[in-house]
Amino acid sequence: MATKTESRAIIIRPSQGWAALNLKDLWVYRELVYFMTWRDLKVRYKQTLLGASWAILQPFLTMVVFSIFFGELAKVPSDNVPYPIFSYTALLPWILFSKALQDASKSLVSSSHMITKVYFPRIILPLASILAGLVDFIIAFLVLLGMMWYYRIVPTPNIWTLPLFILLALTTAIGVGLWLSALNVLYRDINYATHFITQFWLFITPIAYPASMVPEQWKLVYALNPMAGVVEGFRWALLGSSDPPGLTLGVSVVVALFLLISGLFYFKRMERLFADMV
Amino acid sequence: MTTDHIAIRVEDLGKRYHIGTSMIKYRTLRETLSESFRTNRQFTKQDEDTIWALRHITFEVKQGQVLGVIGRNGAGKSTLLKILSRVTEPTEGLAEIHGRVGSLLEVGTGFHPELTGRENISLNGAILGMRRAEIERKFDEIVAFAEVEKFIDTPVKRYSSGMYLRLAFAVAAHLEPEILVVDEVLAVGDAEFQRKCLGKMSDVAKEGRTVLFVSHNMSAILRLTEETLVIDKGNLLLRAPSSEAIDFYLSHGLTQEGQKIWAKDEIPSNAHPFNPIAIRILNMTGKIMDTVRSVDPFMIEIEYELKESITGLRVGIYLVSARGEFVFTSFDTDELSQYERFAQRPAGRYISRCTIPANLLNEGRFMIGVNASSYKIRRYFQDEQALVFNVDPAGAPGMQWPEKRLGFIRPLLKWVIEENH
Repeated sequence: MATKTESRAIIIRPSQGWAALNLKDLWVYRELVYFMTWRDLKVRYKQTLLGASWAILQPFLTMVVFSIFFGELAKVPSDNVPYPIFSYTALLPWILFSKALQDASKSLVSSSHMITKVYFPRIILPLASILAGLVDFIIAFLVLLGMMWYYRIVPTPNIWTLPLFILLALTTAIGVGLWLSALNVLYRDINYATHFITQFWLFITPIAYPASMVPEQWKLVYALNPMAGVVEGFRWALLGSSDPPGLTLGVSVVVALFLLISGLFYFKRMERLFADMV
Repeated sequence: MTTDHIAIRVEDLGKRYHIGTSMIKYRTLRETLSESFRTNRQFTKQDEDTIWALRHITFEVKQGQVLGVIGRNGAGKSTLLKILSRVTEPTEGLAEIHGRVGSLLEVGTGFHPELTGRENISLNGAILGMRRAEIERKFDEIVAFAEVEKFIDTPVKRYSSGMYLRLAFAVAAHLEPEILVVDEVLAVGDAEFQRKCLGKMSDVAKEGRTVLFVSHNMSAILRLTEETLVIDKGNLLLRAPSSEAIDFYLSHGLTQEGQKIWAKDEIPSNAHPFNPIAIRILNMTGKIMDTVRSVDPFMIEIEYELKESITGLRVGIYLVSARGEFVFTSFDTDELSQYERFAQRPAGRYISRCTIPANLLNEGRFMIGVNASSYKIRRYFQDEQALVFNVDPAGAPGMQWPEKRLGFIRPLLKWVIEENH
């Protein structure tokens, strides 16, 4: 027993400045990621009237509204795809992303009772709230398959790349989510900012309109928004309606990785203050 | 026994709080932005008020040792535990922990009312650092210990508070950490539950695991620990065998406040013309104490001001046990001669002081309530929970048997033993 405990010696000391990322700790606590994700899902659906159907209703009703106002009335082009499918395909990763931001930014503050009492890698909280959104995404995705069957649209052979685009959306969401959750502990008005950010972000992402509307000389600037790359990638892989990913996707990936890494470091740096401030 | 192995080594540990961060807590972004525009940050950083909640703490705990920690509120005990359980980071120094740290202050952490008992066991276990296999292995044991078999698939929001606590405690108790941290001050629950906590603690200690026990209950410290740290104002004052440490603590007036000064907003406007100022517990030399010895007399005084003269005023105290039972009531004009002399009390400042005789109260925590009234005319002021204090049994009659005595009073009675051979 003595040797066993010996090997587990933990050294507690002040972390200096931009602390090194302790990803090993996250691995030790990997089961907690699963449990917290599971808790978030369970609680969410137990407390709501319509339960899991929210996962379908939100994108579906948004799609209906978009189809009427942008598709029918404003006659926004949709790259020769029926507008409902065109917008729904984009809404799936978008809702995954925007929900992730909102849930992640609240995750630390709403679990303050845990943070002030037990040690665990704090990063699990925003991470779990983001992963819980994946289940909603899968449910809503089944509806998309139904719609594609209805419109007789066959997915392109590039559908295998879809998980990569989901990964890109998650990377972006985790990066921004880490920033927002940590900032929210320090400044409670971040909550308002989160709403504004997601609203603003919705307009700079080609959801209600095709990315082909963006003038050629602005394409690279436009790609600085990784979600533009995700949405275009979704349409390309599923509907074959957008240009194949190229340099713009590369820009999106670089920006997403930058957000993730900077988010991780900022979160890590602020982590030691959480218990004292939350 | 592996008595030579170190379980906890703390070296020059310190924790500094910025008053700005610990007191005001979070701020808004707007405040921070406007501050950073207004002032030069380099200067404010230096000037900011800071408090050392803990400083220059150095000690070692061997494996299997039960170490007590005592000190008044705000002395830094809880900060120490928080650092050792990695909830918060130290500002300087270093701590070395060998083994898993579990704590009984984590009881119920992460419990969600919407989830069932079964789900909460899994979740809570994972939060406390248990593996899934470990939770599954101990599941039946936990359920049996908590006595909630029938309700295991019911959401815990439908549990009685007793069931909830039992379940929460059962999970924490089955964590089997190598090092157990207990903060009695923070422990919630009724006397029965606290007894269970202490029982579990001594079990753990008997199994040869390390325990760090923080308490205001001197008799529990004496019963359960061999050595004790005395902490005051963030400094480690003494490490000594527990009886010696408690003696030092009690005799140096290191106990907590023992005084309540009523703030303006605590005094209802209809108290006029009676204006309460403070209530204090004093030892016989006039020093404010919050822990008194059962074997020593002590004084309780109420300071107040009358804005106008009052007829038939009586100012008095209720003594209430920690569980809310009345022990006694007493007024400053109980004695007939006093009653006649103070039939009319003119405006002015007063102190009503009484002496509680030696060998009256049993060990434990008591509450003092205050009442100022004129019989059948008017109640001017009442504060049912004005002050809390502890009675320590050191040296009390019957202490040769280190058991807890039942009852609120512990009189020294004259016994005669008749011998008939």
